[in-house]
Amino acid sequence: MTENRYELNTQLAQMLKGGVIMDVVNPEQAIIAQEAGAVAVMALERVPADIRKEGGVARMADPSLIKHIKEAVTIPVMAKARIGHFVEAQILQALAIDYIDESEVLTPADEECHIDKSRFSIPFVCGARNLGEALRRIAEGAAMIRTKGEAGTGNVVEAVRHMRTMNREIRQLQSLPDEEVMGFAKNNGLPYELALETKRLGRLPVVNFAAGGIATPADAALMMQLGCDGIFVGSGIFKSSDPVKRARAVVMATAYFADPQKLLEASVGLGEAMPSLDIAKIPEAELLAGRGW
Amino acid sequence: MAPAAEIGVLDLQGGVQEHLDHLQRIGVPAKPIKQAREFRGLAGLIIPGGESTCLARLLTIFGLREVILEEHRRGLKLWGTCAGTILLAKENVGESPHLGLIDVSVQRNAFGSQLDSFQCRVQVPEVSTESIPLTFIRAPKIVSVRPAVNVLLEIDGYIAAAEDEQTLVTIFHPELTPNLAFHRYFARKCGLQPQAGGSAIDPTWTRQSWTHIQRSSDLS
Repeated sequence: MTENRYELNTQLAQMLKGGVIMDVVNPEQAIIAQEAGAVAVMALERVPADIRKEGGVARMADPSLIKHIKEAVTIPVMAKARIGHFVEAQILQALAIDYIDESEVLTPADEECHIDKSRFSIPFVCGARNLGEALRRIAEGAAMIRTKGEAGTGNVVEAVRHMRTMNREIRQLQSLPDEEVMGFAKNNGLPYELALETKRLGRLPVVNFAAGGIATPADAALMMQLGCDGIFVGSGIFKSSDPVKRARAVVMATAYFADPQKLLEASVGLGEAMPSLDIAKIPEAELLAGRGW
Repeated sequence: MAPAAEIGVLDLQGGVQEHLDHLQRIGVPAKPIKQAREFRGLAGLIIPGGESTCLARLLTIFGLREVILEEHRRGLKLWGTCAGTILLAKENVGESPHLGLIDVSVQRNAFGSQLDSFQCRVQVPEVSTESIPLTFIRAPKIVSVRPAVNVLLEIDGYIAAAEDEQTLVTIFHPELTPNLAFHRYFARKCGLQPQAGGSAIDPTWTRQSWTHIQRSSDLS
């Protein structure tokens, strides 16, 4: 990838700031998402809540489904490839979508290597639970980061944990004199050059969205107030009782995340949120955030 | 009323921090605009890049559409970059217009997917004597303009920048490059005096410069 291609890819993510990216499983949902004000859609065969329920190996969606969704909307279309599955990524690049999510929501194809994203022209977003994980993905060529959270649960607690962890580690990094950065980088698994850059900027060097368990306008605003640049909503929209209303409300709450009066307006009369899960009761082996490293 | 001396950047979604960073670099007072009351007294307003469908929806829900139309009648200068151009156009191919304030016809997402986003360098004599780097990200095209509109830049059969008395539209993103010429040009259009700089290119700009600008809502 040339330097200017990577720059263009980080800049597309910048243009999504303050917006909401919604999971959709067919063109009709994609149109609803666009009309509601989504800044992009994630084209999938099943939302995370259903992937969880049905079990088995979750793979890249059928390209014909992604193609139909792409034809239905003008906003950017993203799609997921399995962690380490660089051939799924090659296929998605050939399909000329706008962004690939190398995602722990799908079953990992490689437990040792993530995709070498620097070999691609198409941009990638990757999940992270902490600063080290985020910077390792950026070092591999990711142009955008998101929290992993715990997808398909409707429970925001893990996304909060991941964002607070990143914020805390960035503050720690900033408090260090430069000569202590190497040790901190070694102990926390941070690529050194990116650690220095993060210290200097006081934030991740690329756009960082929240993902994994966001179900309400208040959840979205919570993640924005914690410093996220934007929001992914997976199962939260189309597993709720009134997707149109909820989609609009999450868009409003993300734009006006620090305005309690507008958050109140956005939160009224939305019907039932998606069915939710207590993460403490999910067997360890079924947790998604632990996939990838 | 005190003379208007500030440029606002519409702060609903998209490249807000990037424009504020550029305006800071040319020494023009600027602020993010999110509430109806904040539009009063602005000399100019930038509608940044982002997703036009999202921006249009938010403008309508919160009644900001009427506020912008009213301020435009009072003489507010406007500049739309990328999605901002779509919002300001009088005619949009295949969809209804949004603010409809400049007599151009625009086609949304006219280049293709992100793989078709690109950078190039051009001369825009009315804006700068130097060649200017341009960045196009899933850009629209201006396909035609009415006689009242002045074309500033035409490339390969489409129009990339145009203006009338009150409104400037560019389908590319000067705020994503080290080039300050378009921001100086708009500031002068607003009657403001940008800091006299040497080159149109700011060598201290990097693609992370936007991260220095705090979000408006983080200030409180």
